Amino acid sequence: MAGTDIIIHDEKDNVGVVVIEKITPKQDCDCWIMENDKSVKIQSMDEIPLGHKIAMTDLNEGDTILKYGHDIGKVVKSIRKGEHVHVHNVKTKKW
Amino acid sequence: MEIPKTFLGYKREDGRTGTRNHVIILPVDDISNACAEAVANNIKGTIALPHSYGRLQFGADLELHFRTMIGTGKNPNVAAVIVIGIEPKWTKRIVDAIATTGKPVEGFSIEGVGDIDTIARVSKKAQEFSIWASEKQREERPISDLWISVKCGESDTTSGLASNPTVGNLMDKLEPLGVHLCFGETSELTGAETVCEKRGKTPEAQEKFRKTWSSYNDFILKEATDDLSESQPTAGNIAGGLTTIEEKAFGNFQKIGGCKFIDVLEPAEEPTKGPGLYFMDTSSAAAECVTLQAAGGFNLHLFPTGQGNIIGNPIEPVVKLTANPLTARTMSEHIDVDVSKILSREMNLDEAGDELIKATIRVANGRLTCAEALGHREFVMTKLYRSA
Repeated sequence: MAGTDIIIHDEKDNVGVVVIEKITPKQDCDCWIMENDKSVKIQSMDEIPLGHKIAMTDLNEGDTILKYGHDIGKVVKSIRKGEHVHVHNVKTKKW
Repeated sequence: MEIPKTFLGYKREDGRTGTRNHVIILPVDDISNACAEAVANNIKGTIALPHSYGRLQFGADLELHFRTMIGTGKNPNVAAVIVIGIEPKWTKRIVDAIATTGKPVEGFSIEGVGDIDTIARVSKKAQEFSIWASEKQREERPISDLWISVKCGESDTTSGLASNPTVGNLMDKLEPLGVHLCFGETSELTGAETVCEKRGKTPEAQEKFRKTWSSYNDFILKEATDDLSESQPTAGNIAGGLTTIEEKAFGNFQKIGGCKFIDVLEPAEEPTKGPGLYFMDTSSAAAECVTLQAAGGFNLHLFPTGQGNIIGNPIEPVVKLTANPLTARTMSEHIDVDVSKILSREMNLDEAGDELIKATIRVANGRLTCAEALGHREFVMTKLYRSA
C-alpha cells in the first residue's frame, strides 16, 4: 500500500519513523504499525526529515522511549505528540 | 521462491569453495608493503594486501595478527599465496599454517637480500601462481558451501526498518540449507545485549556472549573520556535519524532474523561447530570487522547501509544493500541491491529477502560487486593494544 508517511515497528512504541522525504508542520500523516498491520493517523508539529522520529504521544522528562518494543533511551526535555524526537530531547541510558 | 541448490564456485584442495580466485601477495609487516605492492604491479592477476602492522606486537595482539594473516591466506576465495616478511621466522609460521589447506603458498624474507632482489625472486613465483590459478574453473557446488558474513554501516533508521531485516530474512531462509553465517559488532549491540544473549542456542553460547560483550563494554567505559556520542552513534547515524546506541543496536540486531547463534568466535577465528549462525567478537568499524570475518573463512559478505558506507574487501566480495531511497539515488554506484520499496510498501520483506538471495548467488557465481568494480580493497588489521 502506497501513501504511508510513518512506520512504527511495534504497537508498544511511542515513536514512529518518517519514511517519506520529509513531513511538514500540521501535516496529517498516515502511520503503519508493522507488528500488527494496523493503521493510525497523527498530525505533525514539526518539519521532520526521512528516517527521523516523531512522538506518537506526549512524553515527559524521564520517560522511556520505546522502539522495536524496547527501551532505546530517556526523554531529557519534554516532547509533545507530533514533535521531532532526536538528540535534542532524548539521550542514551548507556554511556 | 525456490532457492537454488547450487552455485558456481572454485573447489579448493581442502574441500571448501571460493567465490573468487585471488592470488594474494601478503606482507607480514608494514615494512614489507613496498615489496608486496611492487610484485603485484609486476605480475598481473595478483593483488597485494598492504597494512600497517606486524612489528613488535606481543601476546594476544600478536596472536590476533597471526590469526588474521593466516586466515586471510586460508580463505577459499584465495587460490594461492605469497608471503613476504622482513625476517624468516614469522614469515614461515604464516606460510606453514596456510599450507595446511593444500593450496600453493611460498614465503620470502627481505633481510640480507634487499627489496630489489626480493621483488625479482618473488615476481617469478607470483607469475607461476598467477598462470596456474588462471586455469581454475568454476564448478557447481552446494549452496551450503556459502559462508556468509554480515555487518552494517553508516546505518540510519531505514537500516533497522528494512535493509537489516532483509538480511535477517535471507538468514532465516538460508540457515536451514546448511549455510555458515556470521555477525559481529560487539560494541554496537549495546542496549540490545540481553536480548541478543538470549539468542544463543546453548547456555554455553549465551555465557560466552555475555562475557565477550561485558569485557568490550568495560574496556569502552575505561577508555571513554566524555561519552561515546560522537562515535556511537556516528554523525552519519545521527543525520539519518538514529538517536542512541540502544536504537542503533536494536536496528543492527535485525540482521540475524530469527536465527540463534551456536558459538562465539574470537576475532578472525574460524568456526568449527558446523553450519549455522556464529557471533564473532569484532569492532564495529566496517573495514576491521569485514577483514576479521574474511580471515574467519567467510566467502561472501552482505552489508546493509543507510546513509551510504562504501567499504569493500580485497578477498571477500561485499554486497551492499540500502532501503534509503535518497542513498539509492545519490550513491547508486555503491548499491548492489535497492530495497527502498519496502518503505513505500511496494515490496514486502519476503520479496526483498528473495531479491537479496538472487543477488547473493549471482555474486557468488562471479558477478562483480559495486565495491569490487570501484576497486575498494580495505584490508584493516584489528590492533588490541600498543606494541612493545
